[in-house]
Amino acid sequence: MIITVTKPIEEIMTNLEGYKKVFVVGCAACATKCQTGGEEAVNNMIKELKKKNKTVTGSVILDTPCDIRIAKRDLAKSREANESDVILVLACGAGVQAAEKVIEKPVLPALNPLFVGTTERIGVYNEFCSVCGECILDKTAGICPVSRCPKGLINGPCGGVVDGKCETDLTKDCVWVLILNKLKKLGKEQEIFKDYFSPKKRAKPKVVNRAGERR
Amino acid sequence: MNKLCKAIVDNRFIITAELYPPKGTDIAELMRRADIIGPLVDGVNITDNQRASMRLASIAICHLIKDKGYTPILQMTCRDRNRIALQSDLLSAYVLGIENVLILSGDHPAVGEYKEIKGVYDLDPVQLLTTARTLESGFDLSGKKLKGTPKFCLGAVVNPTSNPLELQLLMMEKKVKAGAQFFQTQTIFDVERYRQFHDQVKHLNVKVLAGVTLLKSREFIGFLKNLPGVSIPEDVVKRVEAAKDPLKEGIKICGETIRELKKFADGVHIMAIGAEDLIPEILKNA
Repeated sequence: MIITVTKPIEEIMTNLEGYKKVFVVGCAACATKCQTGGEEAVNNMIKELKKKNKTVTGSVILDTPCDIRIAKRDLAKSREANESDVILVLACGAGVQAAEKVIEKPVLPALNPLFVGTTERIGVYNEFCSVCGECILDKTAGICPVSRCPKGLINGPCGGVVDGKCETDLTKDCVWVLILNKLKKLGKEQEIFKDYFSPKKRAKPKVVNRAGERR
Repeated sequence: MNKLCKAIVDNRFIITAELYPPKGTDIAELMRRADIIGPLVDGVNITDNQRASMRLASIAICHLIKDKGYTPILQMTCRDRNRIALQSDLLSAYVLGIENVLILSGDHPAVGEYKEIKGVYDLDPVQLLTTARTLESGFDLSGKKLKGTPKFCLGAVVNPTSNPLELQLLMMEKKVKAGAQFFQTQTIFDVERYRQFHDQVKHLNVKVLAGVTLLKSREFIGFLKNLPGVSIPEDVVKRVEAAKDPLKEGIKICGETIRELKKFADGVHIMAIGAEDLIPEILKNA
């Protein structure tokens, strides 16, 4: 999922300067999981806004605010939203932009999206996917060097492996050591480095169809 | 054929040393040091924005060193350039007479002066080695034909002190397949341990230059010990600490290390880190 953190409230209030009536949009998907855009987060935000003398016209938690069809159905048609000066969105950038697309109001983000990752527990999120468009997990024992090696080295590690840890942070495992260990467990260690990975295609089309082709 | 290539072909003990470009445009001190070590070594290795800090470009210094009649080795990291810039710089190096290129991933921005920047790493070292060989074949990575083709002597790095060593050995093999002709290692102090490594990689038939560093002072030992992946045997530390003149002892140790390495290794790469003036004395001791 998309891991998000809440922007500092001071930054949000600065962005809201000049607006009186605020409509708040939450996210029932990723941001709820991160506790940055679910019911509790939306209620906390409303309290903060009221403390700063803003008028909260209403709120909605969209199932998936990044789905333009849902934003159209549940936000664009909301009377309260349309009577507001501004829409404050507690979702990732895709959620904010879906809102922008469906409503003729200024739209502001309340979160900073960080990465696509996993939740270990609340407050511990790992960047485990770079959405690179060319998944190689089939060749790396299900462990991603693109996202988990700080240099994104896909042909193998650098020389900065210190007792299995990464030199950029000696508390973190080198992803290539994890890959080697997993392959050993699976009895497939001879497969490591077998393939030469050619340079990745870094450019992806900005709008795609179901086959991932440019539209 | 340049001095380094010739030393590789002639199968003799190779000596290279490292210099790092200044932050700024004053190159007087650097060139003075180049004059001291240039005539004594098979290659002067110029770092590429080492420790992820911004400095004058390696390619400019390599060019100046070449003009003086010495043999430069251009360090090229994958950190700061995409594949257009990397290929362009490889071609540029060649027309400036720089054939020796040492390819490495480059220290991560997290350990340098610009912690918040995006490291490029568009290509990794294995891919960059492959790219250099592709250019030699008369084409670039996009498959377009080149007008005039370069020729390189390519090097790469390996860390014999890294754990698990297994990964380093496999990586080294992959880099050889990609075109590396010589390797430079992380600093080593334990010659016996290095001998084991040397035996493990002998079958790859490439030249491996053992990294050696001058222990300049007690404080410097403390600094080195804090660097990830550097291990200094206790008896070596004790020798420097007990010495009346630690620098003199450091020079002696460095000379002895090289002398021992000469018995079996392919060569050494000297990282004097600011004490390049002492390299002639170290080599005299060796």
